[in-house]
Amino acid sequence: MSYAGKTLHIDLTSGKVETKPLNMELAKEFIGGIGLGMRLLFDHSKPGTDPFSPKNPMIFVTGPLSGTMAPSAGNSYAVVSKSPATGGIAESKAHGFFGADLKRAGYDAVIITGKSEKLIYVFIDDDSVQLMDAERLKGKSSHETEEAIKEELGDYYVRVMSIGEAGEKLVRVACALNDEFRAIGRTGMGAVMGSKNLKAVAVRGTKDVNVANLEEFKEFIKMIHERMKGPKTRKYRTLGTPENVLVLNALAALPTRNFTQATFEGAEKVSGEYLNERYIKKIIGCATCGMRCDHIAFVPEGPYKGTTARVEFECLWALGPNCGVDHLDAVIEAISQCNYYGLDGISTGVIVGFAMDCYEHGLLTKKDTEGLDLRFGNPEALVEMVKRIGSRKGWLGDVLAEGTMRAAEKIGKGAVKYANHIKGLELPGYDLRGLKTAALGFAVSFRGACHLRSGAYSPDVKGSVDRFKLEKGRGKIVMDLEDQYNVIDSLILCKFSRGVYYDGLKDMAKYYTLATGIKMTAEKLILAGERINNIARLFNIREGKGTREYDTLPPKIMTVPIPDEGIAKGSCVNQKEFDVGLDDYYEVRGWTKDGIPTVEKLNELGLNDFAYIVKGKIEKSKKGAK
Amino acid sequence: MPATHARKFVSADPNKCVGCAVCEYACSMVKEKTYNPTKSRIRTVRLNPFANLAVTCRLCEDPPCVAACPRDALTQSEETGIIMVDEDACNGCGWCIEACDYGAVMLHPETKVVYICDLCQDQGKPQCIEWCPEGALELVTTDILAQKARRSIVRKLFQEAMKAVPV
Ligand code: SF4
Ligand code: SF4
Repeated sequence: MSYAGKTLHIDLTSGKVETKPLNMELAKEFIGGIGLGMRLLFDHSKPGTDPFSPKNPMIFVTGPLSGTMAPSAGNSYAVVSKSPATGGIAESKAHGFFGADLKRAGYDAVIITGKSEKLIYVFIDDDSVQLMDAERLKGKSSHETEEAIKEELGDYYVRVMSIGEAGEKLVRVACALNDEFRAIGRTGMGAVMGSKNLKAVAVRGTKDVNVANLEEFKEFIKMIHERMKGPKTRKYRTLGTPENVLVLNALAALPTRNFTQATFEGAEKVSGEYLNERYIKKIIGCATCGMRCDHIAFVPEGPYKGTTARVEFECLWALGPNCGVDHLDAVIEAISQCNYYGLDGISTGVIVGFAMDCYEHGLLTKKDTEGLDLRFGNPEALVEMVKRIGSRKGWLGDVLAEGTMRAAEKIGKGAVKYANHIKGLELPGYDLRGLKTAALGFAVSFRGACHLRSGAYSPDVKGSVDRFKLEKGRGKIVMDLEDQYNVIDSLILCKFSRGVYYDGLKDMAKYYTLATGIKMTAEKLILAGERINNIARLFNIREGKGTREYDTLPPKIMTVPIPDEGIAKGSCVNQKEFDVGLDDYYEVRGWTKDGIPTVEKLNELGLNDFAYIVKGKIEKSKKGAK
Repeated sequence: MPATHARKFVSADPNKCVGCAVCEYACSMVKEKTYNPTKSRIRTVRLNPFANLAVTCRLCEDPPCVAACPRDALTQSEETGIIMVDEDACNGCGWCIEACDYGAVMLHPETKVVYICDLCQDQGKPQCIEWCPEGALELVTTDILAQKARRSIVRKLFQEAMKAVPV
């Protein structure tokens, strides 16, 4: 049985540590990963808690496959909390090695609350949990921290997840990194750690992880390994996700200069092809995963000679085309600086792009930038701004460290026009003006702008729908994808491997059963996916952020048509079609026009206990409608 | 008795190994019927993203581990070169662990006696090789290793030569 059967509770204020048995009923209903984490968040948080309050819990969750040999799922964990970026639900997953050790240490979840007086790190050594002094690690990068902790503990197989200076300084887009470069990237989890004075979590797990049916499990993973060598993972094994640069550019869907254009004249120079030919020195893998996808770049010459970073499309796009920078050396340096300070590379790139836009339009002056020529395409300015955000340096660094939503308010003068975020989370690299299923998917995503909450760009990019239109029917497409992705993120399968489950949810249900011994079907899994989406929505509603007025698109997407000559010219999302999309989505979800789950829907999903959250709200919105 | 240079052992190709530890998981699955890399007979090392290698017993010609054991608990099979552990004689003192340059001898966390790669004799062939997704592991002899090294250096030399004197 591959659940550990135990949760660990650490209060950093009092230093109290206790373990409790895992509530198996909850585990069955919410699987693990983000699902179980979000359900536990309800039990451990009160409405209206500030994300930086000691009372905001940070929940580490493994999945039912973590610690097993399941390729990609064996090495994973998730973090769930309340987001300092959005004020709503936060969740992020990471692979590497850390998650497997957390499971082997014997935990399905670790719930950290409180705030330490001094900077510390938590060392989970199987059953023993210690709070260790980390004052000397202040200001150190994740990589330095990891090395220092391994040295101190005298064990190079200890796995470490930690924050850099950005997290310590409560930069709202701070990430946490494990195993040098795998990120709990989005929704500001590094800052929540910082608010707790928690520099790192180190873990050594030495216990066995057993599956219910070893023989069949073995056959199943053998099959997955074989499929991983096949066409469904080709992209990740060859050029990697940077392949998207030219694909999206050809579709006029590559946001350029903070979503000013949708094609980039410098695309070739930042393409996956060019990157691989010139910079990628090795492609490596995470524990248990035979696919190997980590493209490790090395800058061979110039001012950034010797810089090394793992490069994926999203960060490359955010810090490259989105800032108008066509200089890969500088983009790789900027990515490596994001790692150094512990910043979400997507959000950081979008923030810098926003600042450049403001500068070009005179909303920020050379005085504000302290002499920095912050125009689009300036590679040095890009790298410098990343550093300033990571350390909150200067007036501008400090303002931008708050994220685009808050920075736009502070800068004023209509800067909101240039702020590309949804619910406070910055947009990833898909131009929603010409990818309208994605536009709907990103708008309704519970963690804010995100391509990985539904992958709703894929029907647009594949051409299975008219991507320049938002019409009835898209709601169902988005919902089905969301529910599937919720399952994937609760089993914590790597999304790069999603294509190898040829029978989709049926394969995943079998996987789950072989590992846990608990009967599971595709139908039950997808229902769990729906339950998870609803509980996330409930959390956001509880925090006053979960209704229709929060399911929005940035002004640029709604008002500035794509200017580039060609297929996408003139496209943007208008209010009318957006409303059609939202209405359609809420209807298939069984939610009110205001985007609130009905009591009937909650009953259907076994979420009756949470009806109190929606009751008053539904009546209010009905009255409003009259 | 076969010539000693014919003995075979598991070796990882540094250019192919990606540090994924699939071999560790496979080893614990096959030998221990569980998933636990801390019970694996092959271990991966990642010094940095570019330097990854799985390491296990190399069935030394004159094995220092055997020589180091004060209780004669280790013997080398004349036929295969595999190091055999007499579990009753071993008291877990760790002299052999210190003697092995490759970290290939380890103390088993439960039995508290040492354990070493035995080439999965009960399985027919080493299962780490079967599972390695990169084809990085091979059963080699020292002869084969030398051949490989020769071929790769000559290939490299000719590449340089080709650049200098275009044909
Ligand atoms: S399975 Fe193969 S590639 Fe992976 S660590 Fe072991 S030897 Fe290296
Ligand atoms: S255990 Fe170490 S010293 Fe002994 S034969 Fe194997 S590699 Fe040589």
